[in-house]
This record gives sequence, C-alpha cells and structure tokens, in this order.
Amino acid sequence: MANATIPARITMPAEAKRGEIVEIRVLARHPMERAIDAPGLRPVARKIIHTLRVSQEGREFFRMDLSSGIAANPYVAFTLRAERSGELVFEWIEDGGVTYKRRQGLTVT
Amino acid sequence: MRAAIALALVLAAAAAGAGEVRAPATFLSPDLRALQDDPSRHPGWLWVDSGEAHWRAPPAGGRPSCQGCHGDIGGMRGVATRYPQVADDGRLLNLEGRIETCRSRHQQAPAFGYESEPLLSLTAAVALQSRGLPTAVATDGPAASFVAEGRRLFETRMGQLNLSCAQCHEANVGRRLRGDVISSGIGTGFPAYRLEWNTMGSLHRRLRACSLGVRATQFSLGSPEYLALELYLAARAQGLPIEAPGLRR
Repeated sequence: MANATIPARITMPAEAKRGEIVEIRVLARHPMERAIDAPGLRPVARKIIHTLRVSQEGREFFRMDLSSGIAANPYVAFTLRAERSGELVFEWIEDGGVTYKRRQGLTVT
Repeated sequence: MRAAIALALVLAAAAAGAGEVRAPATFLSPDLRALQDDPSRHPGWLWVDSGEAHWRAPPAGGRPSCQGCHGDIGGMRGVATRYPQVADDGRLLNLEGRIETCRSRHQQAPAFGYESEPLLSLTAAVALQSRGLPTAVATDGPAASFVAEGRRLFETRMGQLNLSCAQCHEANVGRRLRGDVISSGIGTGFPAYRLEWNTMGSLHRRLRACSLGVRATQFSLGSPEYLALELYLAARAQGLPIEAPGLRR
C-alpha cells in the first residue's frame, strides 16, 4: 500500500541548465472526498489527499498541505531551481495513510 | 421608404445573428478556453491517458485489443466528426454506442455501460484524435428521419417550465442565464470535464441536466431521444471543430 500508483500527469522539462528555474505542473486524479454530511445524506469518512511532497534523493524541496476545500483532481504548479540531476519523487499522502508515488527524471546540465 | 429598408436590413441582420451557431469555446471565458487547450492543466487528460491504456489493453478472453484491429489510436483521426451515424443494422449509434458495439461484437466482452469510467475514457481518447477537425455528420439517407426526430425534440416545449431547447439555444444565444452565457447548445466538446461535476461526463449526462433544468422528464443515457437530439445538434454544428475533451463550467 505504501507504493500505490495514482493516475497523474506531471508536466516538466526533462532537462534544465544548472540554476535554471523550471516550472513543474502536477495534476492527479483523486475524488478528494470531503465528508459532506447534510440532512438526507449518509455521512462518509473524509478521504482527501492532505499532503503533496516532492523530493530528490531524499531531500524534500516542496511540500503542500491540501485542504478539504480543494476540488477533486487537484492541480498544483510550483517552480524549482535546477541544481542537480536525479529522479524527482512525487508523493501524495491520503487520509488513512496511503501514499501514492510517481517518479520523474530531471537531468541538469 | 428608406427608413423601412434600413429597418428591414437591421431585422435581417438580427435574424441572421439569432440563427448563427457558434463553437462552444467561443462562449467560454478566456481563462477556461486556455485551460481547455492546455493538457498540462486540463483534468480531462487524465481520462485520455486512461482511455489510451484501454485502447492497448486486450479484454479478458483472448480477443484482440482495440489496437489489435485498428492499430495506433492516431488512426482514429476524423472518426468522431462522423458520429452519431446510422449503422448497417439501421440503429443510430453515437461514438459511445459504436465503441460498445465493437466491444460486444468483436471483443465478445461485456459492455462497459453508459457513463462508466472505461467508456468515458475510451470515448475521450478516440474523440481527441479528431480535435480541431470540422464536424461532418451524414444527415441524408437513413439519417434523415433521425435528424427530423432530433429537430422535433429540439423545438418541442417540455417540462414544467414549458421550454424547448431552441427557446434558449437559438432565440437567446449569448444572453445570460444563472450566471452563465447561453451557448448555441452543441455537443462538439463532449465528453467533457465539467467543473460542476468534478469529473468527465457524456453529452447525454449534460442533456439530462438540461432536461432537469426545465423540469422535464429526463430521458435515460443512450436513449433514442437523446441519440436523435445528439445527431440534430451535430447537424447544427456541421463544420464546427471538435473540441473534445472539452472543459465546461
């Protein structure tokens, strides 16, 4: 369960010059169930992705807390200063502890 | 006399304006239009990815995948522009219906079911191959009676609000209704990701929402009524580009 996959689209350049600012766009498929409880509705447990974490060789360089106010299929864009080559590891952490992972290579020249 | 001629010209111009059918994208805000054109942000591409995976994956039972017979999905270019279409057996099929028929006849696999994830995904992926190409449905021959039926539905007042499709989508195009702009009511962007739904949906799901909006009986997904209406909408959209997978409010 710790390495479940998630349908996601990660848009970023495969290569960058050292020191270059690259934009990373991350779109993931997730219902972001926010536990609506209203008359006539059966309560359901909240199940959202509460954290998006991006790291390279174990060094975390981006972390975002997501709230239940964020729509399904959350889209996040951020920038990174390209310093070293290596795989970027994208981790989405869901309520209940499941972590979804995707990897994407970045070559710095 | 001159004033009368001028008035007649103005009225003719207004009538031409009212009859003009515009591409759905022209009713979107600039932001949404940019989003519709950007695969890095458009959530509909998550369904396209999944549809392309379904295209390549053989069904259980040893029959070939879509790709096994049709080759690369790029070969589906232009196909979506020609649907809905009357099949050999006289049935009117939209793209969803064609995929389901192919699946049960050639793959001998159980139908996915209307509005199911795999069918929406495959339809989106196949329709994407025709993005930007002009709608070109057949409206003559065996299709003529379906077009006529679709037109009848489009022009028939329905529901507690007693409104026909045409009263909004022809007579009031471009005016505002419930905070949105009334479009020409054509389906070239479907299946589309609708922000209100937070998911991908078919044109028939959208039509059900319209029926509900005028407090009319909703026809079922894939029903003959919505199929005929879908063909009539495509006939009105003749020449306008396919936008699927669209992005809608």
